[in-house]
Amino acid sequence: MTDETTEGPTIVKPKGLFAALEIDTRLLGMIGAFLVICLVFQVWTGVNTQILRDAFSWDPFAWLTDGRFLTPRNIFNLTIQTVSVAIMATGMVFVIVTRNIDLSVGSLLATCSAMMAMTQTLVAPGWLGLGLEHPLIAPLAIVVGLITGLVIGAFHGWLIGYLTIPAFIVTLGGLFVWRNVAWHLSGGQTIGPLDGNFQLFGGINGTLGETWSWVFGLIAVAAALYGLMSARRTKIAHEFPVKPVWAEVTVAGVIAVAILGFVAILNAYEVPVLRLRRAFEARGEVMPQGYTEGYGLPISVFVLILVAVAMTVIAQRTRLGRYIFALGGNPEAAQLAGIRTRALIVKIFMIVGVLCAISAVVASARQTFHSNDIGTLDELRVIAAAVIGGTALSGGIGTIYGAILGALIMQSLQSGMAMVGVDAPYQNIVVGVVLVFAVYVDIVYRKRTGS
Amino acid sequence: MAQNNIDRSGTPLVEMRKMQKAFGGIRAVDGVTVDLYPGEVVGVLGHNGAGKSVLMKMLSGALVRDGGEIYVNGQRAEINNPRDARRYQIETIYQYLALADNLDAASNLFLGRELVTPLGFVDDARMEAETRKIMGRLTPNFRRFSTPVAGLSGGQRQSVAISRAVYFNAKILIMDEPTAALGVEETRMVAELIDELKKQGIGIFLIDHDIHQVKELCDRASVMKNGKLVGTVDVHVATEDDLLGMIILGKMPEHLAA
Repeated sequence: MTDETTEGPTIVKPKGLFAALEIDTRLLGMIGAFLVICLVFQVWTGVNTQILRDAFSWDPFAWLTDGRFLTPRNIFNLTIQTVSVAIMATGMVFVIVTRNIDLSVGSLLATCSAMMAMTQTLVAPGWLGLGLEHPLIAPLAIVVGLITGLVIGAFHGWLIGYLTIPAFIVTLGGLFVWRNVAWHLSGGQTIGPLDGNFQLFGGINGTLGETWSWVFGLIAVAAALYGLMSARRTKIAHEFPVKPVWAEVTVAGVIAVAILGFVAILNAYEVPVLRLRRAFEARGEVMPQGYTEGYGLPISVFVLILVAVAMTVIAQRTRLGRYIFALGGNPEAAQLAGIRTRALIVKIFMIVGVLCAISAVVASARQTFHSNDIGTLDELRVIAAAVIGGTALSGGIGTIYGAILGALIMQSLQSGMAMVGVDAPYQNIVVGVVLVFAVYVDIVYRKRTGS
Repeated sequence: MAQNNIDRSGTPLVEMRKMQKAFGGIRAVDGVTVDLYPGEVVGVLGHNGAGKSVLMKMLSGALVRDGGEIYVNGQRAEINNPRDARRYQIETIYQYLALADNLDAASNLFLGRELVTPLGFVDDARMEAETRKIMGRLTPNFRRFSTPVAGLSGGQRQSVAISRAVYFNAKILIMDEPTAALGVEETRMVAELIDELKKQGIGIFLIDHDIHQVKELCDRASVMKNGKLVGTVDVHVATEDDLLGMIILGKMPEHLAA
């Protein structure tokens, strides 16, 4: 398969287009499934709109253009609705890869959220004497939340790793305990409104704006291109086979278009005129005629991207990640290789705890208050996202981007069905069926490819 | 073959004295003493449950001994986990090919001892390059460096495990039925490799069931039964029947008992 030329880099002779691009076919399948879902709902909502307007036509293009699913507004909403579950799903990948499970993430989120809410409304103003909307309140609350998640996660990990209680049991217990610790902390009350700066992490209340979104997009493209180039240079330096230049350029082009296209869509979602006018009035200015402003990238989505990058680096480029996958692939081999497996379990659950805290920031900021039911059933959504994303419950296999795509697919299904008027119980039936079907497809795929 | 004389006048490479290990009430290893000299292959024989694997696991750090002492080059060695064993350059090749199936050859070879970049990230490219070098020597036709080892043949997987021992300069090698999962050709390859390693002065403990193979590959054989050492004999003096008798009856043959 490889050319044994003596000069210049060895170039892999591709067997087909996708083989040449060296893209995970599984990833392509998931993106394909996602696009199909999007198109179906776009057409469906388009037809619904036409019927509502009493202007139904048999023109498929009109269905597409009349659709309401693939509008900047809905895509914006989809992304901010996905963030909380997606962040936790990246951590769930590590848990499931090591053949464990975490049923407590939703409850842990609630406890972190309650701790942060009480910090903002009781500790900061009452004990520390910080005034309303003091700039230190949000950072303080977030630090408290992160520490809460870290400590509880470490405690779970210790019970599982060192006391060898099965993860299922520890986190099933945690599911009951932390949900109700949260209730106890807030006295069973809804706590809000939360600090203004804190609310910036919620989605629509905190976006980067058009300019900074473009800046972010360009930096992301530059980083991706640099990554591709340095990977190629390393391969050539070690005389490994590399893919043809046209394949590299194609991949780079697709990535650049995807990133910038995403930014363009989010920028195209315009802030309502009334809201803009109010913002201008608050600053004592008058809004110019015809002034518009796009929302741009939500800060919560930015946080998710940071988490995704960090978790991918951990998974693929650190010893910790290597050991997590080794432990999942063969626990005995990992132990015989001298890996401290018990400490490893603690670290994994610490990561999950911190991710739950980050999700708690996003989730409570999005609803602008802490409520008792925050994160209810999230554990199941998170597990489903990771599994739809290709994480194998038998251990050793899973990707971070897969889990995020899994979360996005589930959220799209649910939002789409809500838009076309499918009742909530039927939505859940569909999501359940999709979960089982996705895993079946994955099993068939793995058998075919023999991996 | 392997008639080269082993010099046993100096300090042994490894000496395990009065090793003890019990599981519950069962004494898996009970007061066993064995030694190993540089360039020597010592077969460890016995029925299933005789305690040979347990004995070797105490040397590789997979099990912590209840009693007894281990000496490496005459120095008392504290081996309580696999990391300790690696510090004494003790490497183990396991019967069931202890590899993480979902990782590629390089990741397995360097598992627990990854090469890292100055920033502390794992240096996959350098590890793969090293793997290509070392495996090129052992199995020149091997090409599948970037696929999970689950897709490799038994022999290829075994050569990953052996490469690991060779790459990290093992001085003491424990092979737990290294050919149990292999075909004829691959078994021959492992036999050649053992000869090669002997010449480099590496001492090898070889756990095996196959008496014929032990006669061929080993210099001495230590036979165990029910956790106790029956005796250690020179395989060039003992016949296959003698060895069988020791394994089954648990007694030294009269003509060998000094």
